[in-house]
Amino acid sequence: MMKALSIFIAAFWAVVALTTTAVAQNGPLRIEITDGVIEPLPFAVPNFQPENAAAAELSQNIANVVAADLVGTGLFRQIGSDAFISQVSNFSAPIQYADWKAINAQALITGAVNVSGDGRMTVKFRVYDVFSNAELGDGLQFAGTTNGWRRMAHKVADAVYSRITGEGPYFDSRVVFVSETGPKNDRKKRLAIMDYDGQNTQFLTDSSAIVLAPRFSPTGDRVIYTSYASGFPRINVLDVASVGIRQLDMPGEMTFAPRFSQDGQSVVFSLSNGGNTDLYRMSFNGAAPTRLTSAPSIETAPSFSPDGQRIVFESDRSGSPQLYIMSANGGEAQRISFGEGRYGTPVWSPRGDLIAFTKQNKGRFHIGVMRTDGSEERLLTASFLDEGPSWSPNGRVIMFTRETQGANGAPALYSVDISGRNLKQVRTPNAASDPSWGPLQR
Amino acid sequence: MNKMTKVALLIAALGVSACTNGDRFGTNGSATGIDNSAGAFGNGANTGITDPALNPTSPQYFSQTVGDRVLFEVDQSTLTAAGQTTLDGQAQWLLTNSDYLAVIEGHADEQGTREYNIALGSRRANSVREYLVSKGVPSSRIRVVSFGKERPAEICSQESCYAKNRRAVTVISIGTLS
Repeated sequence: MMKALSIFIAAFWAVVALTTTAVAQNGPLRIEITDGVIEPLPFAVPNFQPENAAAAELSQNIANVVAADLVGTGLFRQIGSDAFISQVSNFSAPIQYADWKAINAQALITGAVNVSGDGRMTVKFRVYDVFSNAELGDGLQFAGTTNGWRRMAHKVADAVYSRITGEGPYFDSRVVFVSETGPKNDRKKRLAIMDYDGQNTQFLTDSSAIVLAPRFSPTGDRVIYTSYASGFPRINVLDVASVGIRQLDMPGEMTFAPRFSQDGQSVVFSLSNGGNTDLYRMSFNGAAPTRLTSAPSIETAPSFSPDGQRIVFESDRSGSPQLYIMSANGGEAQRISFGEGRYGTPVWSPRGDLIAFTKQNKGRFHIGVMRTDGSEERLLTASFLDEGPSWSPNGRVIMFTRETQGANGAPALYSVDISGRNLKQVRTPNAASDPSWGPLQR
Repeated sequence: MNKMTKVALLIAALGVSACTNGDRFGTNGSATGIDNSAGAFGNGANTGITDPALNPTSPQYFSQTVGDRVLFEVDQSTLTAAGQTTLDGQAQWLLTNSDYLAVIEGHADEQGTREYNIALGSRRANSVREYLVSKGVPSSRIRVVSFGKERPAEICSQESCYAKNRRAVTVISIGTLS
């Protein structure tokens, strides 16, 4: 499975398709997602055209996933095919703009799928700005294997999303998380990986030991996490392609909360000795760890800035957990959280502009964001227990854990826009926690 | 951990033997323990002592009579007066039963983030260790581990449960600390 996927990635390519109306333009068809968008943009996706019989089912499936990706952002609204005046029976035929204007389809996405006998396929698509009577950007073609059809659909949706919003893509990405089963006092936990939309879940570990808080490497090739396989919390690295696991050889009674540096060459983590927890950094080349903090307080939950120069982390040196920023080499730290309540699990946005965090205040938990200097704090969610935010690759969506209360309480994955809109559950086969949203796939 | 627990259970099953023959350490090795066990149970029945929890050298006695756990206030790792009393008993027991090793498990309630709670559990476990060491228990016989909020003792989402989950549990076993 993993091997097939890597072949697919290697074979993945895109070409600019021929076009007669290729007027690249950034006309009126535009969503500024930082604005207070209230009315989702209506679009139509007629079923993609099967260019041969073998492509019939995939044509429909791909159009459905493209639509689901766009609708799932909360920024788009799909117009159902029963409203269509025109049908698109030929990918190359001229668009009858009047027919799409009449049903108020501001964007129209057309496509065609070809499946060859050797399990390979191509997907072509075009995006139209209906009210400008023009194509939006050039048509594109993706090639790959049929078992990677979902990825190709996500690629199409990413292109549409990026062209209309001006934001970076994020649909063609994966999430590593902890899958949970069993009663609350004896939870079985396994690392699992899935597509961003909850599809294609695969387990990476068995349930023999507690596993916690995985994090993707910057390129998505490895996952680092805390495992109790030895009876004590220790840091493991897992190679995603081979699913091979190795425990990092580190000093200290307990080590946990590992995060990759931006270059993937080192790990920053918490080490607990004699009841005191501090942050350390260790290179994967075998050198001894460097101590980054030396305080009698708890220092944990580190996160690198995208340029790798700074680390935001959680510390209770002031008496309650708060957020601090220091150099990636350690040294003096600046406190950035000053609101009411306790702050934890800070995660630096991939865009560098914001820090997402967990806030605990008056018996409720929140996911929030603030600027890196602590200003403009905004709480995005509120519940009995929300924690552990993770950023989408484009820094516009946050996935996190929401746990329900009581003896039968269980965690699930949720996502929310940085605006606080579009809160929704990400469906997983079992209860799930600790999502880490990986990079855009290549 | 699993191995240690199994060893502890095995010793627990043999506790009657230790009680009746008066030789506390007669069955401390698991290999010899199995050999002795059949006869030992017979003797135990004759003396009328069948509950291993009544044997002051048994792990059951430790967990039930001495008390294997201490509780903490919210966010705190400071030992309460009641906790210190329990730990006085634990220290006395460990000094008397010098073949036993202790793993102290620190725990937190669910009202906190996952990784912070591991660090908080570590503080709690270490408070217990420091107290036991101050009472003369060699630190070489003690290890600490934190489970954060991963293994609650009680599963409701109310203070009545949280109070029991903010704990440090001393798990004893005969064996070697790996």
